[in-house]
Amino acid sequence: MTESTKLSEAKGPYFGEFGGRFVPESLVAALDQLEETYRFAQSDPSFKGELAELHRTYTGRPSILTEVKRFSEHANGARVILKREDLNHTGSHKINNVLGQALLAKRMGKRRIIAETGAGQHGVASATAAALFGLECVVYMGEVDTKRQALNVARMRLLGAEVIPVTTGSRTLKDAINEALRDWVTNVETTHYLLGTVAGPHPFPEMVRDFHSVIGTEAREQMLREFGALPTALAACVGGGSNAIGLFNAFLDDEDVQIFGFEAGGDGMDTDRHAATLNFGKPGVLHGARSYMLQDEDGQTIESHSISAGLDYPGVGPEHSWLKDIGRVQYRGISDDEAMQALKLLSQTEGIIPAIETAHALAGVLKLGHELGSDATILVNLSGRGDKDMETAAKYFGLMS
Amino acid sequence: MSKVEKVFAENKKNGKETLVGYFPAGFPTLEQSVEACIAMCENGIDVLEIGVPYSDPVMDGLVIQKATELALENGFRLSDIFEIVKRVSERVSTPLLVMTYWNPVMQFGVRRFAEKLKEAGGAGLITPDLIVDEAKEWLQVSDELELDRVFLATPTSTQERTDKLVAASRGFVYTVSTMGTTGERADLDGKARAVVTKIRTSSEEKFTAVGIGISTRDQVVEVNRYADGAIVGSLFINAYSAGGVDGLIESTRSLSNER
Repeated sequence: MTESTKLSEAKGPYFGEFGGRFVPESLVAALDQLEETYRFAQSDPSFKGELAELHRTYTGRPSILTEVKRFSEHANGARVILKREDLNHTGSHKINNVLGQALLAKRMGKRRIIAETGAGQHGVASATAAALFGLECVVYMGEVDTKRQALNVARMRLLGAEVIPVTTGSRTLKDAINEALRDWVTNVETTHYLLGTVAGPHPFPEMVRDFHSVIGTEAREQMLREFGALPTALAACVGGGSNAIGLFNAFLDDEDVQIFGFEAGGDGMDTDRHAATLNFGKPGVLHGARSYMLQDEDGQTIESHSISAGLDYPGVGPEHSWLKDIGRVQYRGISDDEAMQALKLLSQTEGIIPAIETAHALAGVLKLGHELGSDATILVNLSGRGDKDMETAAKYFGLMS
Repeated sequence: MSKVEKVFAENKKNGKETLVGYFPAGFPTLEQSVEACIAMCENGIDVLEIGVPYSDPVMDGLVIQKATELALENGFRLSDIFEIVKRVSERVSTPLLVMTYWNPVMQFGVRRFAEKLKEAGGAGLITPDLIVDEAKEWLQVSDELELDRVFLATPTSTQERTDKLVAASRGFVYTVSTMGTTGERADLDGKARAVVTKIRTSSEEKFTAVGIGISTRDQVVEVNRYADGAIVGSLFINAYSAGGVDGLIESTRSLSNER
């Protein structure tokens, strides 16, 4: 356990029994270098200053809160407030982490960054940062995802990144991470692996969380200032879990705030086609950390299923596994259809088209409203915008015909 | 001295090169992999690594990835590894090490896996994604059961880390000769020599074999001049894929002293 008893200050390499470094020896030196560079940066005012200035002038932080009253009517009248990470430059929360890590890559003298991407949001953010800082950028993306998120592939290429479709395994996010790890093992001396979520070996889970914690830190202050109270509950979607931990972190020690994470239930939580790792997985080792994961009895990873490329991952960040086990956060599943209906509902009641990933959290809010009652105030991380999902949505709702 | 260490020591004494061979369990089927492993041991392999097929083999190059993917498609189950080890060890005296990613072992139970391996006649484990820092339970169990444990040393490992992993290794230390995942390489990387130098600095007694990138007899000989053995994997899979057991035997003989 950590020295601090505050949940919000938990540090790696272990969160309870989760986390660690289950990696090839080849990567240990790079992880040590990254950790050292990060620790130094944490206490370096010029690093914090540079990142804050980038967020102000480039990302567009702070992101605003939007209360959605017409949407609330469908959530039993509970107040619903969105933290608008979709308004960030590049359209999602992913830029928070990417700018932080890109600055670290520069400090480590690494001129080449690699990234994995599922929905393409992290890939786009990485390609963006690479363009901004003049770094070479290679993005690994499962072949299945390059098709369902074709628009983002084009965006990455336009930004100057090389996008490599991954054709092994399930051809989705899991396999993109495998390929990125292979690249990193091979090119570790010149390359920084800009991991896009709170998974992976230490120090990634802690570091990526810290870069995203700006979401919750801002939101907590905004709630107090604009609404005069902390929310009753928080809601966020969970794939690897970066946007969720970013919102949750600042509230973990506010005992009265209930916290809910919504995983991808795919075809349904009563089927075996889902990506609900924390609901149906078992602790194991995947991509460098011990955490819950979808696996068979032999420890072979089971392919996940979700309409949302960004949540279609059979693992989850180790801190989420810990928060589940200690009971601080409740993790639930939302089916593809529930998510798509929520996407449509927010679009038509508020004029805000969320990403399909984010729509899982919104579907969760509709249920929470009934559970917590009309007096509840629910703060949702609106983690990304839905532009990238227009083709999927158009097909799903038959909008092209 | 463990059985693996005795092989290295004996070869060293006799001025003979040591050739460590890799073959995936269940590739292309359980039966065929047993036959292939026996053939390798009977034709010049000094120590055999039998690989456990895994869904996410991040340390393997394309040749091994494809082979293990096929093994899984053809129905490989984790407990098959014990049957394969048992059947091979009944036929040959070559020490058999199982090379496995860590999650299958963790799910099976470290102690239970080790006991079954020992019972089947296995000599120990090579663990490509388990570093010493995370190996507490395995260190304890392998001591109790007197199983070998092979950790990897790489060009980026500091002397301090090398000391640690060499001290923890038994059987031999696996030197990664080029940065990168497995696969044949045209040239041996000079970095392997630097890794071996670090290992020698850590210990004069421990053996080390160099892997990842070796595909010719000349390389086997060259590596054995500064290290204690050469590890070959992808080449054998290609040889088997192209020419079946006969192709594998020919390839094994051409790399070893058995001509």
